[in-house]
Amino acid sequence: MSLWKKHQVFEKNSIILLIGVLVVIAIGGLVEIAPLFYLKSTIEKVEGMRPYTPLELAGRNIYVREGCYNCHSQMIRTLRDEVERYGHYSLASESMYDRPFQWGSKRTGPDLARVGGKYSDAWQREHLDDPRAVVPTSIMPAYPWLAQRTLELDYLGQDLAIQAKLGVPYDDAMVADAKADAWRQADPNADPGDLEARYPKVQIRDFDGDPTRITEADALIAYLQMLGTLVDFKLYDDKANLR
Amino acid sequence: MNAHDHKPVDHVTGTETTGHEWDGIRELNTPLPRWWLWSFYASIVFAIGYMVVYPAWPLITGHTAGVIGWSSRGAVASDVAALQAARGDMTAQIDAADLAAIRTDPTLQAFAMAQGRTTFLDNCAGCHGAGGGGAKGYPNLNDDDWLWGGSLEAIETTIRHGIRSADPDTRITDMPAFGRDGLLERADITAVARFVRSLSGQEVPDGTDLAAGAQVFADNCAACHGDDGKGNRDVGAPDLTDAIWLFGSDESSIAAGVTNGRASVMPAWGGRFDDATVKSLVVYVHAFGGGE
Amino acid sequence: MAHSLSSGKQPTWGETGLGIVAGLLALLCFVIAGKAQDPGYGFHAVVFMLAAAGSVYAIGKRYGARAAEPVPQVLPDGRPNYNLGPIKFATVASMFWGIAGFLIGVLIAFQLAFPILNFDLPWTSFGRLRPLHTSAVIFAFGGNVLLATSLYVVQRTSRARLAGDLSPWFVVLGYNLFIVVAGTGYLLGISQGKEYAEPEWYADLFLTIVWVTYFLVFMATLAKRREPHIYVANWFFLAFIATIAVLHLGNNAALPVSLWSPKSYIVWSGVQDAMVQWWYGHNAVGFFLTAGFLGIMYYFIPKRAERPVYSYRLSIIHFWALIFLYIWAGPHHLHYTALPDWAQTLGMTFSIMLWMPSWGGMINGLMTLSGAWDKLRTDPVLRMMVVSVAFYGMSTFEGPLMSVKAVNSLSHYTDWTIGHVHSGALGWVAYISFGAIYCLVPWLWNRKQLYSLKLVEWHFWISTLGIVLYITSMWVAGILQGLMWRAYTSLGFLEYSFVETVEAMHPFYIIRALGGVLFLAGALLMAFNLWRTVTSVEPAEAERPVVGSAVIPAE
Ligand code: HEC
Ligand code: HEC
Ligand code: HEC
Ligand code: HEM
Ligand code: HEM
Ligand SMILES: [Ca+2]
Ligand SMILES: [Ca+2]
Ligand SMILES: [Cu+2]
Repeated sequence: MSLWKKHQVFEKNSIILLIGVLVVIAIGGLVEIAPLFYLKSTIEKVEGMRPYTPLELAGRNIYVREGCYNCHSQMIRTLRDEVERYGHYSLASESMYDRPFQWGSKRTGPDLARVGGKYSDAWQREHLDDPRAVVPTSIMPAYPWLAQRTLELDYLGQDLAIQAKLGVPYDDAMVADAKADAWRQADPNADPGDLEARYPKVQIRDFDGDPTRITEADALIAYLQMLGTLVDFKLYDDKANLR
Repeated sequence: MNAHDHKPVDHVTGTETTGHEWDGIRELNTPLPRWWLWSFYASIVFAIGYMVVYPAWPLITGHTAGVIGWSSRGAVASDVAALQAARGDMTAQIDAADLAAIRTDPTLQAFAMAQGRTTFLDNCAGCHGAGGGGAKGYPNLNDDDWLWGGSLEAIETTIRHGIRSADPDTRITDMPAFGRDGLLERADITAVARFVRSLSGQEVPDGTDLAAGAQVFADNCAACHGDDGKGNRDVGAPDLTDAIWLFGSDESSIAAGVTNGRASVMPAWGGRFDDATVKSLVVYVHAFGGGE
Repeated sequence: MAHSLSSGKQPTWGETGLGIVAGLLALLCFVIAGKAQDPGYGFHAVVFMLAAAGSVYAIGKRYGARAAEPVPQVLPDGRPNYNLGPIKFATVASMFWGIAGFLIGVLIAFQLAFPILNFDLPWTSFGRLRPLHTSAVIFAFGGNVLLATSLYVVQRTSRARLAGDLSPWFVVLGYNLFIVVAGTGYLLGISQGKEYAEPEWYADLFLTIVWVTYFLVFMATLAKRREPHIYVANWFFLAFIATIAVLHLGNNAALPVSLWSPKSYIVWSGVQDAMVQWWYGHNAVGFFLTAGFLGIMYYFIPKRAERPVYSYRLSIIHFWALIFLYIWAGPHHLHYTALPDWAQTLGMTFSIMLWMPSWGGMINGLMTLSGAWDKLRTDPVLRMMVVSVAFYGMSTFEGPLMSVKAVNSLSHYTDWTIGHVHSGALGWVAYISFGAIYCLVPWLWNRKQLYSLKLVEWHFWISTLGIVLYITSMWVAGILQGLMWRAYTSLGFLEYSFVETVEAMHPFYIIRALGGVLFLAGALLMAFNLWRTVTSVEPAEAERPVVGSAVIPAE
């Protein structure tokens, strides 16, 4: 009984009750979150990860805007059937530049972590325009407006600058050239300059079938086509990264 | 305060209350239900046991590894290895056999068909349809009209390296954009489009000068599609004399193709799948009915 | 006016301060509206500007109309002068948003069965409407219920008028303004892309201010209480308010691209962002949808049943165990992902330890009825609340089960999760809310009783049928889907393509949608019933009496 009496301290003083609550809820979060920042094993060392090109980043932002993550995961779990269906399980390093992460929580549509290169640009365009034109039983919404809207490029530099501030390795030149780099990637006739040196494995071409302009579809397809293509798993040592 | 020892009792349950009251609400001082408490303890014991067995607690430079050395990455690797071992013998045979041999050995064929089916449905059906029937812009794999050839070897090359794909050994010929690039006048395009329709016996408007179209064709198209328009598998140029159309047989579809060129893309799969999977796909596609 | 001057009427600090801040905010928003880089953001700037300007006007008008003296804390007869205005507003708002949220739930449910209902328009497509649904039901409906009940309960159980004069209004109106901005934002394509935290930085920032005010109002009211002890409902409300503040700040830590842009980037990335997200997401469940609603349970069930709470000791143990353990459980949303295994283990084991503390709440709710079970037959309102506690027990059994890695490998990403969500959301959250609102409306508007208990009865049965259709169809769909994904042929190859599993969901999506229609229909009946209660039921004679529980003094 006397132990129960001690609880009166909390019942009689709202500040003490508040402090008790705050202390109790702080512990779990700290123990689970803080080590992810200092434990080296959290993010594997891999070859090939690089920040998004400006065009891919713009595409990613459209992916977020349209809420594709409500139906698509980007996280191949360490389960046999997933590895067989979608490819190598996802590594933490593969989303290290993702703000926010887009692993998803519901798979109404298939996982997209390795969809890059799986289809042609034309297919992606048609599929976004009218999914049921290519997959008759699909329940995915159509996104016909993407190919119609010109992509807003003027503020891309700001996006890169903020990401650089947060620690993404964009250098000043990349920030300054963001808009130009988007054109270099989406216009097959433009001089690509040092785009490939800046962004290794960048895919340079017109993605939406209209080489005269850069549309939102260009950006989104550029993003989809690079998903899962950066890490070369032939060079990756699975055993070194068990954890 | 005598409430210290004697709290009011709830007459329904006969249980003592705590003596407090808020807006008419009181609390009974019922002890913790035993079964509840013991279940709680049991769950704690289970949790601790689990934490001992599996990786659990973060430390300064690492984490507790658990006594059985389990990791989800290790587990999936061994699951996949076990599956591969179960398929192992067959996979090795597929690897070793040439394509024709797979097709003639019933066990190998059945295995390859099963693997091919699985792979096809998740990877190819988006374009070619679940039954390989194709769609506008994506060829039908059931018929014997092949763009690049329907032999096992030709199909293998197509699947492995793709068509106009990023693969360095991809099959590639782009049909020029005659209109957009100013190679042909509008009138010529119309003429040749009508001529092309006539090749497969389709109607053309009365009074069409087919000879003019034929001339344009001979000058510009025959190099790929052949003098007779029967196509050329070496460059993937379709046969224009049959009733099978990839992009449509109406005049405007044909004219649009001549104006803007045609360069549809089929991804390369050699980098995504291992050899046995590619070979199984070849056998599967070949068996759709059009295989040569 | 001369009259008020002569009586020495002075604007309070709150009136002056809030007036000035709102005025400045209106100016700032005017500038932003002009320079916004995105039309949706410009629209939001205008909304904020109008709201701020409206506040200045409303404060002025209120000042003109009010008496010179501050509102009395106690009425002449000695009873506390409870502040009910903001509570009435939140109650009405909760009903409004609830129906809106259920309606959108029904729409997106039909979209998954018939994709043509996406209408090929940006603002009607599933990806934008789904967050609108989750936010509308959790934050708009659930949030307003929590505001209404917590502010009501804390007054009644502290026997004190709500602290602050303008601040309770600011909390309630500000919160609903946040909802409007968040919801229209999703439709316009403004989203941070973090589940349950989709509003962009400026909405997040505004919510922070509102929430801190809410916290201060709540704390200050507790501090004013005229009861020696803090009632258990208020422990839960306090834990809910304080923890949600911490979670909100942690998960929304972001840098805006510029003042003129709605876009921001989260400071965390990749795997760390995932952990922070589900630390937040799971505890949005734990503190918003659980602790907060347990607060509701602890007041409304004993009140309605006129019985004492079952066990004070259980309250203590399950309260502290619940809030301690909940925080750890987030990684059960990330099983088998790139989150390190050690964290997944913690997520699973703490979820299992969470089972009994959760059931402690259920026991305390259900057993409070001992001696009053017969009331379930006659009182559909009480029945709704009791069924809700049963659903709470069911989903907090199902949750730990789904946290087991082997089970989660099947259930994750499938409709099983959706079934679990809605057994908690419809069965527990919505039902306890409905029960509380049925109690509150006659009390707030001082009516003798509800317009019709018969209609409550109908509401109960229609929506219970709806819930059953919803969750059973999703269980079957989810387990089927999970099994199909991992099915192998005898030769050792995946049996089904992904698209085949999509097709297999079709009948279940239709059943679920019909369940949703029933649930929505029930809510419409409820709205009608409440409307009639306010407009046509005769007033109660006296202020709501304090109902004593059946207790006799010790001898
Ligand atoms: C209502 C749910 C839903 C939404 C929202 C949705 N999708 Fe899909 N998606 C599906 C379904 C179902 C499929 C499988 C059928 C198909 O291929 O259309 C699919 C397939 C895909 C595929 C093909 C993947 C593969 O490997 O075959 C891609 C790429 C894709 N979606 C991209 C997107 C993008 C980008 C968005 C947002 C702009 C989006 N989806 C929004 C449901 C959705
Ligand atoms: C992005 C869409 C796409 C996907 C996915 C795709 N293909 Fe194709 N495929 C095409 C197109 C387009 C062509 C025709 C290219 C051309 O016109 O030359 C083609 C051609 C072919 C051909 C040659 C047909 C001929 O007539 O010569 C074969 C064989 C083939 N595909 C098999 C496959 C297999 C097997 C897969 C899956 C592993 C697959 N395709 C996946 C688009 C696709
Ligand atoms: C450099 C080679 C080349 C030349 C020259 C060429 N084509 Fe083609 N043509 C192709 C190829 C390759 C394809 C298939 C493209 C594809 O599948 O994407 C094709 C496709 C077509 C098709 C579509 C067939 C169908 O099944 O839908 C038509 C029609 C056509 N060509 C007409 C012409 C005409 C008319 C000319 C001349 C004015 C011409 N082509 C010149 C290579 C050529
Ligand atoms: C008429 C009633 C309702 C219907 C028809 C309905 C329908 C839906 C649908 C179709 C989805 C999307 C599922 C998917 O993506 O596959 C969903 C998601 C969700 N709903 Fe509801 N809903 C209803 C009521 C509620 C209520 C009352 C709440 C909460 C209080 C709620 C909370 C949620 C949540 C949290 C999700 C997201 C689940 C997740 O991400 O795992 N819903 N709902
Ligand atoms: C002991 C209590 C509970 C535990 C341990 C628990 C556990 C879980 C688990 C394991 C998942 C699935 C995660 C995944 O695979 O993605 C989940 C999802 C969810 N649960 Fe619970 N649950 C509990 C109680 C509740 C309650 C009472 C609600 C009330 C509404 C609720 C709401 C949700 C929601 C909304 C999700 C979906 C999150 C998302 O993916 O978007 N849970 N829960
Ligand atoms: Ca373009
Ligand atoms: Ca947010
Ligand atoms: Cu959870």
